[in-house]
Amino acid sequence: MNREPDLAATDTQEAFVAFERVQKSYDGETLVVKDLNLDMPKGEFLTMLGPSGSGKTTCLMMLAGFETATHGEIKLGGKPINNIPPHKRGIGMVFQNYALFPHMTVAENLSFPLEVRKISKSEREEKIRRALDMVQMGEFGGRRPAQLSGGQQQRIALARALVFEPELVLMDEPLGALDKQLREHMQFEITNLAHELGITVVYVTHDQTEALTMSDRVAVFNDGKIQQLAAPDVLYESPENSFVAQFIGENNTLLGTIKEIRNEYAVVELDDGELIDCKPVNVSKPGERTLISIRPERVEFNKERLQEGAHTLKAEVLEFIYMGDIFRTRLRVAGKDDFIIKTRNAPDQRRLKPGEQIEIGWLPDDCRALDA
Amino acid sequence: MSRLSSSGPQTADAPTPEDAFHETAALSDRDREPRHGAAADGPMLAADGTPLKKSLARALRAQKLRALALIAPLLIFVLVTFIAPIADMLFRSIENQIVQDTLPRTTAVVQDWNPDTGEPPSEAVYEALYRDLFLAAEARRHTRLGQRLNYEETGMSSLFRGTGRDVDDFGEANVETLEDLDDRWEEAAFWVELTSGEGGEGVVDAARERYMRLADLSSRSPLGDVWCAVKGVFAETCDVAPEDVDLGFSLSGTFAETFPRTAEAYAEFAVFMALEEGETVADDEPWEAVYVALDQDLRALSPEELAAYDGPNADALRAAQEALAEVPPVDFRAAFLNSDEDWADIDNWRTIQTYSPPYTTGYFLNAVDMQKTPEGPALRDADERIYGLLFQRTMFMSLVITFSCILLGYPVAWILANLPMRQANLLLILVLLPFWTSLLVRTSAWKVMLQQQGVINDVLVWLGLVADESRLIMINNQFGTIVAMTHILLPFMILPLYSVMQTIPPSYLRAAKSLGATNWTAFWRVYFPQTVPGIGAGSILVFILAIGYYITPEIVGGTTGTFISNRIAYHISSSLNWGLAAALGTILLVVVLVLYWAYDKIVGIDNVKLGG
Amino acid sequence: MNLAKTLLASTALTVAAGAVAAQDMESPVAGEPMADSMTLVSWGGAYQASQQNAYVEPYLEMNPGVSATWDESSNEAVAKLRAMNEAGNITWDLVDVVAADAIRLCDEGLAMEVDHDEILKPAPDGTDASDDFGDLIVSDCYIPQIVYSTTFGYRTDMVPEGVSAPDDVCDVWDLETYPGKRSLERRPINNMEWALYCDGVAKDEIYDVLATEEGQDRALAKLDEIKDEVIWWSAGADTPQLLADGEIFMGSTYNGRLFSVIEEQDQPVGMMWDMQVFDLDGWIIPEGLEEEELNRVLDFLWFATDTQRLADQAKYISYGPARESSAPLVDKHAELGIEMGPHMPTDPDNAENTLLYNYEFWADYRDDIDAKFQAWLAQ
Repeated sequence: MNREPDLAATDTQEAFVAFERVQKSYDGETLVVKDLNLDMPKGEFLTMLGPSGSGKTTCLMMLAGFETATHGEIKLGGKPINNIPPHKRGIGMVFQNYALFPHMTVAENLSFPLEVRKISKSEREEKIRRALDMVQMGEFGGRRPAQLSGGQQQRIALARALVFEPELVLMDEPLGALDKQLREHMQFEITNLAHELGITVVYVTHDQTEALTMSDRVAVFNDGKIQQLAAPDVLYESPENSFVAQFIGENNTLLGTIKEIRNEYAVVELDDGELIDCKPVNVSKPGERTLISIRPERVEFNKERLQEGAHTLKAEVLEFIYMGDIFRTRLRVAGKDDFIIKTRNAPDQRRLKPGEQIEIGWLPDDCRALDA
Repeated sequence: MSRLSSSGPQTADAPTPEDAFHETAALSDRDREPRHGAAADGPMLAADGTPLKKSLARALRAQKLRALALIAPLLIFVLVTFIAPIADMLFRSIENQIVQDTLPRTTAVVQDWNPDTGEPPSEAVYEALYRDLFLAAEARRHTRLGQRLNYEETGMSSLFRGTGRDVDDFGEANVETLEDLDDRWEEAAFWVELTSGEGGEGVVDAARERYMRLADLSSRSPLGDVWCAVKGVFAETCDVAPEDVDLGFSLSGTFAETFPRTAEAYAEFAVFMALEEGETVADDEPWEAVYVALDQDLRALSPEELAAYDGPNADALRAAQEALAEVPPVDFRAAFLNSDEDWADIDNWRTIQTYSPPYTTGYFLNAVDMQKTPEGPALRDADERIYGLLFQRTMFMSLVITFSCILLGYPVAWILANLPMRQANLLLILVLLPFWTSLLVRTSAWKVMLQQQGVINDVLVWLGLVADESRLIMINNQFGTIVAMTHILLPFMILPLYSVMQTIPPSYLRAAKSLGATNWTAFWRVYFPQTVPGIGAGSILVFILAIGYYITPEIVGGTTGTFISNRIAYHISSSLNWGLAAALGTILLVVVLVLYWAYDKIVGIDNVKLGG
Repeated sequence: MNLAKTLLASTALTVAAGAVAAQDMESPVAGEPMADSMTLVSWGGAYQASQQNAYVEPYLEMNPGVSATWDESSNEAVAKLRAMNEAGNITWDLVDVVAADAIRLCDEGLAMEVDHDEILKPAPDGTDASDDFGDLIVSDCYIPQIVYSTTFGYRTDMVPEGVSAPDDVCDVWDLETYPGKRSLERRPINNMEWALYCDGVAKDEIYDVLATEEGQDRALAKLDEIKDEVIWWSAGADTPQLLADGEIFMGSTYNGRLFSVIEEQDQPVGMMWDMQVFDLDGWIIPEGLEEEELNRVLDFLWFATDTQRLADQAKYISYGPARESSAPLVDKHAELGIEMGPHMPTDPDNAENTLLYNYEFWADYRDDIDAKFQAWLAQ
């Protein structure tokens, strides 16, 4: 396919999209985006993930050109685009509510970006047909958006953002309005399409599952800053701070104080006096308060399966929840009664009963000491 | 209604109290017919064997009634305050019963007169006119008719008023002859004795009906009876209905047969005394028309015929016949011409003849600058044509006003819709602010602004843009009307536009821009089409309000900036030609409906949104 | 022109010398049961205020417990009374109307016929009311209060230099000597008469000429000469306002309005009495009042139309009292303290050349001429 030629004539090694020390403030008092730096290679699927108000959408809007950066530079294909109006940036965009024009048919919606580019009628028709086929909506060209289901509208919105063959596509929580099943299906379709077409995608969501399943890399936003930018598995397994740890996936936390740091491990004294070994991530010296984080699926209560070197703690079973593929058990550990463990539903798996006193344990590598 | 009722449960076999009754009736039928046979080739049956459609209708009836009961107050309110006055107005524009009601006998006989002969009508017509006009003058209804006919023929008003004053004196010599002959002719009791008896009820009833029509008294409807019964509960009494008022008099059938004119005139007198004065014939001697009628009746009878009459006071009648033979009979035509020679004018009589029927197209013809002529409807003289011009002007200026409202209101609504809520609300208050001051104040303020010694001209002169002697004329013309009315009606454009624009998310514009559209293209191809329903709603509001406006054009419109409504108001409150006002109003209503229909055809009425 | 003589006589100081002793006659309904409220209909503004000051307030003071409500609907009195009559519910007790409307209401049976000698107080010298009012009783239903006139006012400061102030109604047509806008009422009445007069028709032939098609065209042709310079008014307040703003050089309006512009607001405006058109304003009683309401109204009228009260009214507004016997009692203005006599339209100096509103003629020709006039205006 022909790519938009105007901005993209660069080689892939260089960052295709770059934010350089970008700041944004609406009121001149507070920064909603603080010193943002981000490089994206061509063809990457990058997700901006974060709670609402974290600055992710603002970043997207700056990239699209609907907001201007207060400070810093945004580059596309190596060229600064701060002063280029949105309609000249050639960036495809999918909106949260799809923003399909209600007074136009599906075909007219798709034709719109082609018409403003003064593409001939026959070529337009060809492109529209291909785009509709691409999202399996070939039959629906004559319909109005209001006559389509949410999923169908979503596909049309996608087709419209792609029909003029942009190199960069921005998606602002495009699946937020769909039900779970459809959403999962669409996640799959979008990633496939993106890889197939080789387009670069910046995807904004607050849904961590979506972020993890779809992206090449995820930028976790909080408080106007990128907390961590990494591939999904890294993000999950090695969160760099307590925000990321808690935001991505389910997480057990215990508060404690660093006793000492030796070799690769830190000795943490929990608030009830127990000492455990953890992997220090962003703690540096003894005496510092720390939040230790353990993923529920890494906790083991079956003594036979506890591995060598695992540290054990006493726990009381508070609640047992059957969830089909897994069991979810809530425990009281070190005075906290929101400690969760997850176990696979296997024939030999024991089902814990409320009131039962057990011992739990985990490998020091699975226990990460983070900032408190 | 249908939508309301279809939302409830619709089970065909929902039991209702009526079902129990039908159940037993249906049982016997069921024995005779195979139960499901009908369902196969006939209509679908409910569980109890009644057709499903019927069952369904019955089940829905209760719901429909309930829905009807809920909207009944509004329905009645709208009927009473809106539909009824409009219907009344439509009716007035063709109603012309006043001529027949006031001159029942004249209108009947004048039909035989042929105006093309160039001769005024016969004596019989003048006699009928005398009898009609006498009663009408006593009831003081004749000037109303004069005014009505004056709309068609100048001079009728004073013709009727003047002759109404003189009509008592017609046949004075004959009346005096009777009175001089015998004092008894001036006694009320004598007359009662002369005419009383049984069998003349038909004459009296006819007189009563005539009088009730003349005086616009309507008989009491069944609804009125109910109302009176209700008032009775609260110890209030209704007046006796005019058809039930006791005349305290009964006419002799023999007298009525022998002296038909006298009986009729005396019956009218009796009805008048009872209904108008609240007295009876015994309280006063009859009015002159009765004497004149008796004079005619006596002349119509031969002495032998009169000798055969054996009613009371026959002797006095015979003496009267003899005495009256000495005096010439009443010449009604001469009497009328003596009162006013215009009664010989063919045009006046033609007008009465033309406007005799109870319904007329005259008002409508007038409203479109036409008039009735002997050759049929024809355009008025050029110097009397005004309504066509005013209708055109009203339409044209209303369109201009609507268009200026769109031009000025659109950006304001856009700003309102795109501001943060707080500021938008503040601005909205500013938009609505004009509603808080009186219309007159706002219009008068425009006078101060626009007049030649006004604020705008002063500023222009001060700036040196306009010379002092050539100050701009911006008021008392179309310009003034358009400016003032655009200002006054602007909120009606802004509000629907604003509420429609509010529902258009900003993401549409962003989407358009991200798809490569310039600001203008994004606005024109994406935003504007979605505001069309708001423009439609605002335009309909503004246009319809504009064509009905009259206060503002009256004050700032001068002669070239006035609307048809100004003429309607004039005919309602000054000239009192309500029929013409109603006809003009009806035409205006029809024009609005036609435009509305055209709008629906062209734009589609679904495309009108006041909000949401 | 009997009426004119009466009008002039009413200001000539021919006081009946042997005035009888002060009259303490009671109203004919004294002692009868009366309603304790009444609704009076008038014109609003300064005129209504003069009524309020001259006799409504004094009457209410004499009769504690009685209240009066004003309804400012006189300009649509005929239409509204007609509508009330059709609805069968008369809510007004006493209605102030011009003579033409009174005649119309009386004709239609919407106003009550009255015996003027019976319900109105005689003059102080014992003259019967009907003689005291004289020819001003133009209808059996009508109880006149004042004589007013429609005449012209002009801006004294806009009179060109070296030219004397306008003193002839035909100066309205003289655009060369007196350039500037004029204002005329947006109806044919008065304007057509003035136009014919200035076109050379003798005063007593005006209505004969106006009755003909040619005469009407002639009047309109005369008005055509100044049409471009005319602002047409429909409310009595328009011309005074236009004069005060300097929008027009001269314009017609009611003499009382001009008085207020000249004397009360002290504007540079002059009065031109030439060919002023006399008209009357007075009360009618609607037909069909309840007895108690009627008694109250009659009691009020007995007081409000007596010689002194009508003379009092002239203290507040420059309209001539309708009673001959009131003229000598006309005093100074209540606030300005100026002598009101010379400001009365009926003052001999002012009434050298006058015209009388011809009710009969306009009752017949109004519809027809108005249609022509409005068509002419719209063109």
